[in-house]
Amino acid sequence: MGNPMKIRAANKDGVTEVKALISHDMETGQRKDSNGAVIPAHFIIELVAKHNDKVVLSSEFGTAISKNPYLAFKFNGGAKGDKISLSWKDNKGDTRTDEATIS
Amino acid sequence: MNNQRRNVLKAGSGAALMGMLAAAGIITPGMALAEWNKAAFDAKSMADTLKALGAEGPADSKDVQVTGPDIAENGAVVPVGVGTTLPNVTMVAILIEKNPNALAAAFTLPAGTQPNVQTRVKMGQTSNVYALVKSDGKFFMATKEIKVTLGGCGG
Repeated sequence: MGNPMKIRAANKDGVTEVKALISHDMETGQRKDSNGAVIPAHFIIELVAKHNDKVVLSSEFGTAISKNPYLAFKFNGGAKGDKISLSWKDNKGDTRTDEATIS
Repeated sequence: MNNQRRNVLKAGSGAALMGMLAAAGIITPGMALAEWNKAAFDAKSMADTLKALGAEGPADSKDVQVTGPDIAENGAVVPVGVGTTLPNVTMVAILIEKNPNALAAAFTLPAGTQPNVQTRVKMGQTSNVYALVKSDGKFFMATKEIKVTLGGCGG
């Protein structure tokens, strides 16, 4: 579901920096449409990042994360060509996984 | 399949077993590790949020940094980062005091991941932004006030 994530991962001096831009509405459930009806909340609740098959970051999001979330983090290790994968799950049960290679 | 997953979680299995299960295709990879902490994300006030996270009375620390703008023009997109020099950090959380729900995000860091994350958050109004860090089993906190000229939770 959803559009692909943009993931960049770069290794420098033994540390891999991952930057991800995720396409998601992140609706808070507090906004109203033009008729005054509340727009139901729809947001990512969990995001897990893996290097090859090892989890390097697991995160829980609330509604306060911006639309189309951006996330950057660093972990020790990783090498050129290694696989980075990110998976998210939202409060409606949608999931998506995207992969990138470390450059 | 769901029942199986419940049982596995109840059994309090380690990551290795989860890995095996994931490899065997019984559970979706990556989705079985974190159980979304509903109590913490539903909590309205700072104190309730800290309680739900099991982090009552965190100590202020100069070794924790909150990065972000002093003034955010658009509250819908406020870049916020948390960094720390404390050792053995296992958890990092971002809290915004005056948002409807204080907790914005919580990150669990396995060994080898640096305690330094950046993201973007929504802020309804000018507020203190707190970074909560768990280091060596203890909680530490730092704060920064970010002024918002246009709220991000408009309706």
